[in-house]
Amino acid sequence: MTAFLVVLVLILFGISVWQMSRIFKLAQVKPTIYSEIATDKDNNTQGYLMMGFLVFIYILTIVSFWLWGDTLLPESGSEHGSQIDNLMLISMILIFFVGIITQAVLHYFAFIYRGNKVERATFYADNDKLEFIWTIIPVITLAGLIIYGLFTWTDIMNVDRDDDPLIVELYAQQFNWKARYGGNDNTLGDANVRLIQGVNQLGVDPADPNGQDDKIVTELHLPVGRRVLLKMRSQDVLHSAYMPHFRAQMNCVPGMITQFAFTPTITTEEMRQNDYMVEKVANINNIRSEKSKALAAAGEEALETYEFDYVLICNKICGVSHYNMQMKIIVESEEDYKAWLAEQPTLAEQLSNENK
Amino acid sequence: MSAHAQVHAAEDHHDDHGHHHKQTFVTKYIFSTDHKMISKQYMITGIFMGVIGILMSLLFRLQLAWPDHKFTMFEIFLGKWGTDGVMDPSVYLALVTIHGTIMVFFVLTAGLSGTFSNLLIPLQIGARDMASGFLNMVSYWLFFISSVIMLGSLFVEAGPASAGWTIYPPLSALPQAIPGSGAGMTLWLISMAIFIAASLLGSLNFIVTVLNLRTKGMSMTRLPLTVWSFFLTAIIGVVSFPVLFSAALMLIMDRSFGTSFFLSDIYIAGEVLHHQGGSPVLFEHLFWFLGHPEVYIVILPAMGIVSEIMATNSRKPIFGYRAMVASLLTIAFLSTIVWGHHMFISGMNPFLGSVFTFTTLLIAIPSAVKSFNWITTLWRGKLQMNVAMLWCIAFVSTFITGGLTGIIMGDSALDINIHDTYFIVAHFHLVMGISAAYGFLAGVYHWFPKMFEGRMMNKKLGYIHFWVTSIGAYGIFFPMHFVGLAGLPRRYYTNTNFPYFDDLADINVVMTVFAIITIAVQILFLYNFIHSMFYGKMGPKNPWNSTTLEWTAEVRHIHGNWDGPIPHVYRWSYDYSKLNKDETDFVIPGQDYIPQHIPLQDNEDELDH
Repeated sequence: MTAFLVVLVLILFGISVWQMSRIFKLAQVKPTIYSEIATDKDNNTQGYLMMGFLVFIYILTIVSFWLWGDTLLPESGSEHGSQIDNLMLISMILIFFVGIITQAVLHYFAFIYRGNKVERATFYADNDKLEFIWTIIPVITLAGLIIYGLFTWTDIMNVDRDDDPLIVELYAQQFNWKARYGGNDNTLGDANVRLIQGVNQLGVDPADPNGQDDKIVTELHLPVGRRVLLKMRSQDVLHSAYMPHFRAQMNCVPGMITQFAFTPTITTEEMRQNDYMVEKVANINNIRSEKSKALAAAGEEALETYEFDYVLICNKICGVSHYNMQMKIIVESEEDYKAWLAEQPTLAEQLSNENK
Repeated sequence: MSAHAQVHAAEDHHDDHGHHHKQTFVTKYIFSTDHKMISKQYMITGIFMGVIGILMSLLFRLQLAWPDHKFTMFEIFLGKWGTDGVMDPSVYLALVTIHGTIMVFFVLTAGLSGTFSNLLIPLQIGARDMASGFLNMVSYWLFFISSVIMLGSLFVEAGPASAGWTIYPPLSALPQAIPGSGAGMTLWLISMAIFIAASLLGSLNFIVTVLNLRTKGMSMTRLPLTVWSFFLTAIIGVVSFPVLFSAALMLIMDRSFGTSFFLSDIYIAGEVLHHQGGSPVLFEHLFWFLGHPEVYIVILPAMGIVSEIMATNSRKPIFGYRAMVASLLTIAFLSTIVWGHHMFISGMNPFLGSVFTFTTLLIAIPSAVKSFNWITTLWRGKLQMNVAMLWCIAFVSTFITGGLTGIIMGDSALDINIHDTYFIVAHFHLVMGISAAYGFLAGVYHWFPKMFEGRMMNKKLGYIHFWVTSIGAYGIFFPMHFVGLAGLPRRYYTNTNFPYFDDLADINVVMTVFAIITIAVQILFLYNFIHSMFYGKMGPKNPWNSTTLEWTAEVRHIHGNWDGPIPHVYRWSYDYSKLNKDETDFVIPGQDYIPQHIPLQDNEDELDH
């Protein structure tokens, strides 16, 4: 029904525009010989409309921020994230500054020089000084941005083993994530897809002593304040481990091990208490309860109330259920983390259980 | 006509060919070797493919805005993938994949550069036709065949290619990974291989024609910027398209002949595959070695068209002709060494990421120069607000908006968190999709009289088309940046599995409503286009008072373009509003432009541009 209405609206819209254009056509009293070339009157109208368009762009920008400013990501939950956010803020200020000015000049020129006032255009073919100025200004600005960006990038991507990071493997497969902890030795056992068998779903080499105490889980727990080095593998197609709240992302590539290191700084509990997040979640739950009412009216189950959790999502097209490939991440205190990890069975235990 | 030809036989003997052949319907409209007809064939095929690509976007925009709704439309268009009006997740991926492929390659590459390079290169440099009319015809028909195969792939049992338009393996290599990677993907690869052959034949022809067939006096520095941009586009195409061809070939081998170029260590559908030692990252390098220059193949012709139309309608020379050419050259060169910015987080060495950030941000410099030069071209002009001119102004606007967000995307550190989110979708749609489409539309409105023997498109309909489209385009893609900054990945069939993204539902509805309006108004354009082809009002020979040679050619299309000798060129193509030595009047009193074929007058200074 709705589809029919949409099609109907489309058709009616088309017809009305067509009719409008006919009215315009009929309203023309005395057509000039070449009526399809802009006249001074057209120049005038279109010039004003250009100014109107500038206003439209500005209003669209302001309204978008007003309506959707609260959809943006909250403060970063990781150490390097604040560096990225800073760089983003500086870049954003710069591009908004340049954008607002150039759009204004462009549309203002289109308005003020509309061809119904002056007798002649000015023959003005080139000016080396001007060209130099607007080459050198972007050069300097971009040099600054490049240098700042590269320092940030190198800082983030550089993994220093001396930090003694917690080593965790992220394992991607269509369409779920698993995590493997190095166990007491904080060292991952060797693994290969050719060794996948039974409960050994990650293909860890049973003969590698490092692998015996590895722990495989389906929920990622991280101790706050400790650097974590994620080693990533994929068993089938490309996936991308995207953790927007930590400003972290890396592709998982079959046939190679990729990595990304970061330090979580805000626990899940703290993030839930964050003012911005409290408001955001309240808003989301409002939307959900509205939706639930509609669902209840249709005799369907209501939606659950949402509570914030960090999440790892797949961000590289990986197949039909790409849109639902996620894993919960919990950042907690060192003690809670240790208590949780102690409850998880080691790979050796799992394997021996299987053989029983 | 032949009498004329004989009179001038002495001075342009070698140009006189084919004037007196009898044209049949087949040789005139189907297997034509005339560049003007081939140009129209490219344009109409491109517009047809555009209609399909845009309708696909309508389908998936509806799905994104109202994921819980049932649309009868889905059942009508998608058949078994839209049973009961519910879109199947796999067909969603197929739609975005084919939408991307069609729009990038079939509409904005073949439709834009194929149409206007073919039409304008011979006419603006003063040539009777392309260097090889036959190869030109072959190029079009290969393109046609590839279009048919691409459309045919929509109807195979398991569905068309659905691994994204970038077709990264292993997803695109393994039918077990996604249904679309079966016969659909095979057809996609065959279609693209033929497309590449078509594109190469076309490009080689453009390059040879520009280098060899310029009329007397038409030095490279007197070429209109359109021809410069088409020429450089062709060069980029020749450099980069063969690399995609080799990537496609290797992918075909991996799929069908058991090689391991891109595959290694794969366990899928309960078994280990024998592939060992390949790397998907290698494919990404090969793909983007074409893929990035490709976006400049799309945008450079639009830049050329905009420069030309903007100067004409401002009644002023383009500002900084040499800087415009230099920036085109710089962009063309840099475009081949920035591909890695698509791969910052692909797992390649972070040091490479640093290098590509550096080269990428460098491209902002020539782009900024071009934008400033366009704005200065408007300064103190006498702007003739023809429909084509409006598209050009809007082009500069969207190019700036989209280009600025490129500064964010190109910065590797910032890319980490917005890679593959809707932010990049918004960025490239504005800077290359919408901008290039505006360039195309500007060209269609401007050169319509040249293509259809003097008929002009309706101005009023054009104005309505323009304003609704330009408002709609910002309405779709500006809010999209917010969705990306909120962290929502692209290519998601629905976001309902993430309650965290529930507050984005409104934005999706707004974008879809703008999309529906924008798409609806394109019907007006199609009506105007088709109606004007047959019933458009006749305009004068040179409707926009332009200086370039195409307007000196015959209004009626004849093979050979000029019924008589080819005009010689005595000046650059931007002598608009040039004053005489005393600055009392224009060089030609009462006429504010001097066509290129008019010799230097006694009362004017010769300027060095």
